[in-house]
Amino acid sequence: MATDILNERTGPGDLAQGLRDSVPVVVAASPFGILFGALAVENGFTVFEAVLMSATIFAGASQMVGIDLFGQKVAPWLIVFSIFAVNFRHVLYSAAIGRRIAHWGPIQRLFGFFLLVDPMFAEAERRGEQGKRISFLWYMGAALPVYVLWVAEAWVGALFGRMMPDTHAWGIDFLLPIYFLGLVMGFRKRPIWLPVVAVSAVASMIAYNTVGSPWHVSIGALAGVLLAAVFAPSIKQKEEGE
Amino acid sequence: MSMTAWIILAGALMTFLTRIGGHLVLSRFERIHPRVEAGLNAVPAAVLTTLVAPAAMNGGPAEIVALATGVVVAFLAGGMMPMFLTSAAVLILLRHLLG
Repeated sequence: MATDILNERTGPGDLAQGLRDSVPVVVAASPFGILFGALAVENGFTVFEAVLMSATIFAGASQMVGIDLFGQKVAPWLIVFSIFAVNFRHVLYSAAIGRRIAHWGPIQRLFGFFLLVDPMFAEAERRGEQGKRISFLWYMGAALPVYVLWVAEAWVGALFGRMMPDTHAWGIDFLLPIYFLGLVMGFRKRPIWLPVVAVSAVASMIAYNTVGSPWHVSIGALAGVLLAAVFAPSIKQKEEGE
Repeated sequence: MSMTAWIILAGALMTFLTRIGGHLVLSRFERIHPRVEAGLNAVPAAVLTTLVAPAAMNGGPAEIVALATGVVVAFLAGGMMPMFLTSAAVLILLRHLLG
């Protein structure tokens, strides 16, 4: 089979590299995994329901939105729709990553897409950018520790929620924006990166203050992506022509 | 099964659809248009920016200085970990100092 030639280059080294790449993600996500469990119980979830949500949805921001609306006794369909809205950005990740994992089997791809969270997408794009192959072993090495610990943290947080230290003084509530900023900075070599970031930032802040959360994510992202779609190809052509 | 569990499972199904949907829809096209390609390349920076900008907007001096430090360290050091640790340290320090 043609794919065998490519598969020869993947092995235990890929798995080890994936595990190493998962470490900063695990560190950044842990406080939020625990915080989610604690807040879920506070908003009326049982410990089982908190763990079930982390295990089946596996998307931090949308889980936080979900339990918040649940605590406010919002209609079930609206909770489900809000989770969908927060996670709608994954459609874009899915389209981008699909091109990089076309060599995987169908079952492997199902697992891959299930585990496609923000940092996983960013790590896979970073690896692809370096010209390295996104092998199934590397991907699982990078994704599974994050998933397993995320589920375990919901359980720990739900059990010990009331014993949380002062999360504000230790900056725990702000670690995720810092981490996301780090990822944004990592993409700074891409074409028209600064205009895209500037337009997305302004659009998301305006949307946040007008339409409101969670739509600022989709609206802000769309503004930056449209800017790139309109201007990037012509800039690239110009550079190649020179 | 409780109503809560049904909400969670429905949310999980919708989430999975977003994670596989982009691929299923886009893989129908044989050739990707340069504009679509350019748009896709801009996706990560665009989306992740929308998760940072409102947080910065709602943040106080400690949060804003921490993020600004992160930008500077990212330019100087390059990698994720130096940036992440420095920025978090600045945030904790300023929150303790500023109360």
